[in-house]
Amino acid sequence: MLKFGLPLALFALLGVFLFVGLQRDPSYVPSPLIGKPAPDFNLPSLQDAAYPVASKELLGRPWVLNVWGTWCGGCRQEHDTLLAIARTNAVPLIGLNWKDDSAAAKEWLRALGNPYSVVASDPEGRVAIDWGVYGAPETFLIGPDGTVLFKHIAPMTMEVWTKEFLPRIQAASAGATSAKG
Amino acid sequence: MLLTIPRFLRAALLALLCAAAVPALAIDYERAFDDPAMQARYEHINRELRCLVCQNQTIADSNATLAQDLRREVREMIAAGKTDDEIRTFMVDRYGDFVLYKPRMTPVNYLLWAAPVLLLLLGTFVGIRFIRKQAAQADTDGPEAGQS
Repeated sequence: MLKFGLPLALFALLGVFLFVGLQRDPSYVPSPLIGKPAPDFNLPSLQDAAYPVASKELLGRPWVLNVWGTWCGGCRQEHDTLLAIARTNAVPLIGLNWKDDSAAAKEWLRALGNPYSVVASDPEGRVAIDWGVYGAPETFLIGPDGTVLFKHIAPMTMEVWTKEFLPRIQAASAGATSAKG
Repeated sequence: MLLTIPRFLRAALLALLCAAAVPALAIDYERAFDDPAMQARYEHINRELRCLVCQNQTIADSNATLAQDLRREVREMIAAGKTDDEIRTFMVDRYGDFVLYKPRMTPVNYLLWAAPVLLLLLGTFVGIRFIRKQAAQADTDGPEAGQS
């Protein structure tokens, strides 16, 4: 019994590991930024390069940073969802236009609609590196105190928004008002 | 068989094959530094960092735009006098341990580092037990003979 028992147990254990491995998405890399202060940035706005977009000015309320580019297929896919989210006015939706052509990006927003409160332009991708961005679209949720609360890597869906973002936004907003009051 | 191909065609074929191999050489290595020591550090660090969009390549192997950007960061940090450790920390702070091909010794990674040794010990233990058992069974003099 023991002769087969041990190898069988080891085999079963290996099977469990491999099975769990199959369910996981290897392209998903968890961000070390969660729970840490959001990296500061001060970038020119896409619409008007003379007008800067500074992360510090967003302190005091939860906000969302969406990393996108016109070259990114997933960004086109999530665009209508972003428009729907923007219509709810839940949080300011800040765009980070990543390694893109400004003219093409402006045309994209003109043709498809603009879900963003403001879009920061990062043609060199330096701010994206600070945020640990590796594949657009990526969407971050930042708390009122400037802490990164959550990161979603893949096109945004309404399901992800209501399940992952909204509860955290509500909790963060409640925390911020009780701290003030 | 090859002899039936006319000489000029063979030459053309060879040239075509050579041309096809050229892009494979062209990944990066426009030299980043004139100083050979700095260039060596640059190439060494690039070979240790994972390109996260093309996960089984290092940023030295990949020409994805992210890999190009990360090489630029490495180049600028070396030029700014940062140490190799500072550069690795910069990458890990942003992309997590996964960005390193050689994982660091952190509590989370202890099991990873210990696993080869543990598996070797386990294998040795099982092997010794197996050999002793075989020896004991083969020995007709008595069950204890194989254990001496």
